[in-house]
Amino acid sequence: MNYGPLLFLGILFTLASSWFGLVVMPNQQLGSLQPNMDTNTGVVFPQPLPGEAAQGRELYRSLGCNYCHTQQVRREGFGSDIARGWGKRGSVARDYIYDRPVFLGSSRTGPDLTNIGERQPSYEWHYSHLYNPQTTSKGSIMPPYAFLFELRRVGPDGPSTNAVKLGGEFAPEPGWEVHPKPEAKQLVEYLRSLRSSVALPEAPLPKLE
Amino acid sequence: MAALSPWDSNLGQSNRAQLAEIDASCRGSVLLFFLSGMLWLLAGTVLALLASYKLHAPGFLGDAAWLTFGRIRTAHLNAVIYGFSAEVAVGVILWLMCRLCRVPLMAQSLINSAAVLWNIGLVIGIVGILAGDTTGVEYLELPKYCTPILFLSFALIAVWTIVIFRFRREKHLYVSQWYILAAVLWFPWLYSTAQLLLVMDPARGAVQAAVNWWYGHNVLGLWFTPVGLASIYYFLPKVIGRPIHSYYLSVLGFWTLALFYNWNGFHHLVGGPFPAWMITISIVASVMMIIPVVATAINHHFTMIGHFGKLKYSPTLRFIVFGAMSYTVSSLQGVLSAVRWFSETAHFTHHTVAHAHWGMYAFFTMTMFGSMYYILPRITQREWPSERLISLHFWCTAVGIILYVAPLSWGGWLQGKAMLDAQIPFLEVVKVTLPYLKLRTVTGVILAVGHVAFFANICWLLVRTFGPYRQPEPMILAGVQPQTAPVGK
Ligand code: HEC
Repeated sequence: MNYGPLLFLGILFTLASSWFGLVVMPNQQLGSLQPNMDTNTGVVFPQPLPGEAAQGRELYRSLGCNYCHTQQVRREGFGSDIARGWGKRGSVARDYIYDRPVFLGSSRTGPDLTNIGERQPSYEWHYSHLYNPQTTSKGSIMPPYAFLFELRRVGPDGPSTNAVKLGGEFAPEPGWEVHPKPEAKQLVEYLRSLRSSVALPEAPLPKLE
Repeated sequence: MAALSPWDSNLGQSNRAQLAEIDASCRGSVLLFFLSGMLWLLAGTVLALLASYKLHAPGFLGDAAWLTFGRIRTAHLNAVIYGFSAEVAVGVILWLMCRLCRVPLMAQSLINSAAVLWNIGLVIGIVGILAGDTTGVEYLELPKYCTPILFLSFALIAVWTIVIFRFRREKHLYVSQWYILAAVLWFPWLYSTAQLLLVMDPARGAVQAAVNWWYGHNVLGLWFTPVGLASIYYFLPKVIGRPIHSYYLSVLGFWTLALFYNWNGFHHLVGGPFPAWMITISIVASVMMIIPVVATAINHHFTMIGHFGKLKYSPTLRFIVFGAMSYTVSSLQGVLSAVRWFSETAHFTHHTVAHAHWGMYAFFTMTMFGSMYYILPRITQREWPSERLISLHFWCTAVGIILYVAPLSWGGWLQGKAMLDAQIPFLEVVKVTLPYLKLRTVTGVILAVGHVAFFANICWLLVRTFGPYRQPEPMILAGVQPQTAPVGK
């Protein structure tokens, strides 16, 4: 193989083949998917995220939650995703059309979050968990995100109803209470927005027995 | 096929003089890449230790956003991939290319400015990640305000490598040159496509994940792997002083790698929201990787056979042989991971992390260490000052990485098995992984000791270079055998 030009051509041609097959073709097939409107209910799915949740999504990216959490449910019969309650149906490409970037994820150090909004809608739970995961899940290795919260003095009217309820070893000093910063609120709005129990033509929900 | 190897025992004095001239021409630029690469390795090691420790002690340094696991881990990855690995790779590429083409490195200032640019871009990028500006796309986290700098720098390097090749004085092409050319042509293509479709103007929805893994797999397979193989193909025959076993296996290995590797990416998406053809095609291509991997392994093994005794004396050979063996193991592990039944369990677990370190560390990094052991004394005209530090470096990294990847691969498998059983609560799955995560931190410390030893030895060598001339000692470990490798081209 002493012929430079041939070598060049071979090198370029081989990569061109997969560039075409794994970049151009998927873009052809999946790049123009549109949301689906259910003709019976009029429900359009998926929907773009509302403002606060969209801001929360940016935090999810910036804090790197996607390195421990996936957002993809494998179909029934492949893995235990559905049995674990991570979703009612397998995820399909259409679920992601508004996502930039897509948070499919590659590691399940923590549970899948595709459907966390449905599984865990409680603000209180999320605040407490984000402030310190040990409060709700003893033994978790999820990092605490206490920097999304601030300490405030208890006002003259007594403890605020907005404060995060923390008991025992996690409670702040007497006279202080923990409040979510706007960032914590946005992040929780994002988590609550993660729901995928809407059927799509290519991904129906399993019939209830 | 003796002429097909850098091995050539009949070199005359003029040849030696020519090589010395080429080595001298590479000195500044290659040193710049090696040294900045080593600084990135040290930074990356600190970040790695923090990330690893945090994974079993989540509260540790948890009070600031920039120190949170998601950012430290990402800064680690980018520092070792785009800092250490890429920069040392470029140093090795330049030196190998000049030697094999028999031309001195021209316009060093151009290459030096590429190195400076690359480092500036990367510092901006890593600080950006710690500040929260990550793109959130795996392997492409560097924020978009720094990637054009990196691209420009790499374009300079690629163009210059091709220019060196174009003006080669040696008409014969050696295997290592094929791999290097491929690497410098493939990487800019991969990087620009990925930047355009993922960061600058993201494609729609799931297409991003497709492009992401086309890139993510290929940056390892088509950029680092070819550089690693180029090194093995050069240094293995060089140090033991005999030609590569079979020219035909080299050709077979190269072209099958070129054909199949770049189709592998979607095995990272098994079970994901994609049409079946996409996944299946990548699984098939992944299994086909057995051909280049086995061809290369046989070729290297039969080159080495009968010469294993030399491992005792040459640090280069030790690291290179360790790297070559790891290449085989990690590639076969990769084939296995791509298959559906295996993926069902191992996907999404720490098994994948272990696999990445088989490839990037046990294969690539060890190979680069070996290459640096050969190149640095030649461009500085000095011998390694301390055999002890070499031994320490080798044993810490070799034992450290084995203790890292083998148990974690197993731990990841157990994690996957536990996760498959929906009756086991998630926190119990976490518990299964804890011993392996803790062991990983311990091995990280061992690796860190090895890195510090290597860095200390390099600094010592350089101090000597600038100091008074010292009589070179033979470049061996046990101090017994004189250098046996003929000084080929
Ligand atoms: C180091 C890995 C890691 C990181 C990083 C991480 N998590 Fe977690 N996460 C876990 C683990 C482990 C669990 C399971 C135990 C628990 O509930 O804490 C979990 C659980 C959760 C749960 C509850 C899931 C359920 O099914 O009940 C939510 C919600 C969550 N994480 C959100 C986040 C968000 C938001 C971020 C980023 C700000 C994040 N996680 C970052 C590891 C991580």
